[in-house]
Amino acid sequence: MDIQIRDIYKGFGSFPALRGANLDIRSGELIALLGPSGSGKTTLLRTIAGLEFPDAGQILFGGVDTAPLPVSERRVGFVFQHYALFKHMTVLDNITFGLRVRKSKNRPDKDAIRKRALELLDLVQLSGLEKRYPAQLSGGQRQRVALARALAIEPSVLLLDEPFGALDAKVRKDLRRWLRELHDKTGVTTIFVTHDQEEALELADRVVVMNRGSIEQVGSTSDVYERPATPFVFDFLGSVNVFPGTVKDRKLSIDGANVTLDTDNDHAAGAVDIYVRPHDLRVVEEGSSGFDVTIKTVQRTGAIVRLITQLKHNKEIVEVELAHLDPQAINRKVGESIRLQPAIYGLFPRASHDSVRTLPDVDPLAVPEHRERGRLG
Amino acid sequence: MSTASKPGRRKSPRSAIPGFGINLGFTLTYLSLIVLIPLAGVFIKSAGLGWDGIWHVVSSPRVLAALQLSFGAALIAALINAVFGPLVAWVFVRYQFPGKRFFDAVIDLPFALPTAVAGIALTSLYSPNGWIGQFLEPLGIKVAFTPIGVIIAMTFIGLPFVVRTVQPVLEEAEKELEEAAATLGANRWQTISQVILPTVFPALLTGFALAFARAVGEYGSIIFIAGNLPMVSEIAPLLIIIKLEEFDYAGATAIAATMLTISFVLLLLINSLQAWSRNRGGRK
Repeated sequence: MDIQIRDIYKGFGSFPALRGANLDIRSGELIALLGPSGSGKTTLLRTIAGLEFPDAGQILFGGVDTAPLPVSERRVGFVFQHYALFKHMTVLDNITFGLRVRKSKNRPDKDAIRKRALELLDLVQLSGLEKRYPAQLSGGQRQRVALARALAIEPSVLLLDEPFGALDAKVRKDLRRWLRELHDKTGVTTIFVTHDQEEALELADRVVVMNRGSIEQVGSTSDVYERPATPFVFDFLGSVNVFPGTVKDRKLSIDGANVTLDTDNDHAAGAVDIYVRPHDLRVVEEGSSGFDVTIKTVQRTGAIVRLITQLKHNKEIVEVELAHLDPQAINRKVGESIRLQPAIYGLFPRASHDSVRTLPDVDPLAVPEHRERGRLG
Repeated sequence: MSTASKPGRRKSPRSAIPGFGINLGFTLTYLSLIVLIPLAGVFIKSAGLGWDGIWHVVSSPRVLAALQLSFGAALIAALINAVFGPLVAWVFVRYQFPGKRFFDAVIDLPFALPTAVAGIALTSLYSPNGWIGQFLEPLGIKVAFTPIGVIIAMTFIGLPFVVRTVQPVLEEAEKELEEAAATLGANRWQTISQVILPTVFPALLTGFALAFARAVGEYGSIIFIAGNLPMVSEIAPLLIIIKLEEFDYAGATAIAATMLTISFVLLLLINSLQAWSRNRGGRK
């Protein structure tokens, strides 16, 4: 079922949890709501479920306004962060709960309910554990029981609140891959909340990055990582170096350094911040356009050589990541002077970060050169 | 050399929680001094009558009626509290309202109030010309000086036991359990009966047992409202006092021993029911 979220506002006391969220979710999508704690992602999820009521705005399921529908009639499968399994019921009773509480005219007969539950147990790979109680299961198993219980009601949408938050790293990784497979098998529209960018990028079809009650960017995993729409997204998804700069006559210069870059977008002239990821910096020859730094530390971790360097003109720290096979990465020593140049970067007007508008969800393939991208001139 | 490597002289296997011996010894001594020896005294004293003597005292119609009233009314009062106590606890846990702290403190008053004060207050309320009694009187309902009055006094003193045992369990039971039930399509009643009640059931049993035990032993608040008519509204503890005032110590202890035995059996039953309900769900 496709879901439209229209201008949702929600406050808790004086704290605005959601400030005008808009989102279109296509049927069968796997969507991640990603953001730091307090960004409103869980509130948005609970509002979709009907566990919270918006102060303003609409949520449409398949074009129908859900406002008059109580949570029990929305057919949402909700998986809670701490599973919320019924401790006094067996695994089987937990899974069949949603079917057993139906009115008798909609309720399948006993055998059908049992059969469906056993199928679901098989789907979540817990066959044979139907007589156990939740206390007798591991965290990962409980998680899967919670999922089977939510799927038992044939939900129109599956909502998961930090589904892997309470599990250890290994189990997390397995469950993540398994959830992706499950989604591909069942095709249920799925929305999950996470604060873990790796989880969001690995699992989701599209990622919704949220910050302080607003949606900062919606896009495919490569969109949000490679073409962040706002400084926040840049910062939240991976590390970033920020340089103050100035745009003048369609030329961009980094303040205090002898660098001139082209801006092929229509960026308004004035002060800007230039956002460059550590791996988007290149080491270049003396004489090329760039800025000079001194190497402070060299860390080699796996396939990456990480250089912590200091700008010569203002002593600011700049982080650089090079592939370990990059000729420029070999034999770098502490104290050495090198020249750096940004290969890919984002530009944002300075000191007005909060007012940066969320960009429309553009298809990156349709626009050859994203407007916030620049290339060295 | 160090003493650390000396082989232990331990007689018992090592445990992470040391001091089992001394702690058990202390517990048994304490329990004996405070509970077991005084209670044994009751049985020894009544044993002076012999089985026939005890039977003679206990089987007299007046004593039988008193025992029936004491245990019957206590059971009804505890059941009333088992219904309304959780409701009160639930309101305190789930909702915010002005004066919540005040009412929360009021719950404990029956614990602290001298029971005679409670008895006098209840009597003046429910007597035929009292605040509440005057409205019940025309309806033909007599509360004061009847077994109903006994039940009301017992309900009053039992309420905090149920509320205070159920409340923490409700607090611990995540709100998410209710939300999960709702997302699965359960209506309010199904959520309460199938999710919330089973969760608090063991605690509710504890509260029920405590309220029941307290009601059986209650004296001060009841004797004012009960009117103490033999065969009608006379409770067993009062009968014991009457026997004592007649210097019939053996008779008094015979009734006491009978009450003790019945109470002990009932509490044992409730406790095993509770253990059974706790063990369900593999909870430790």
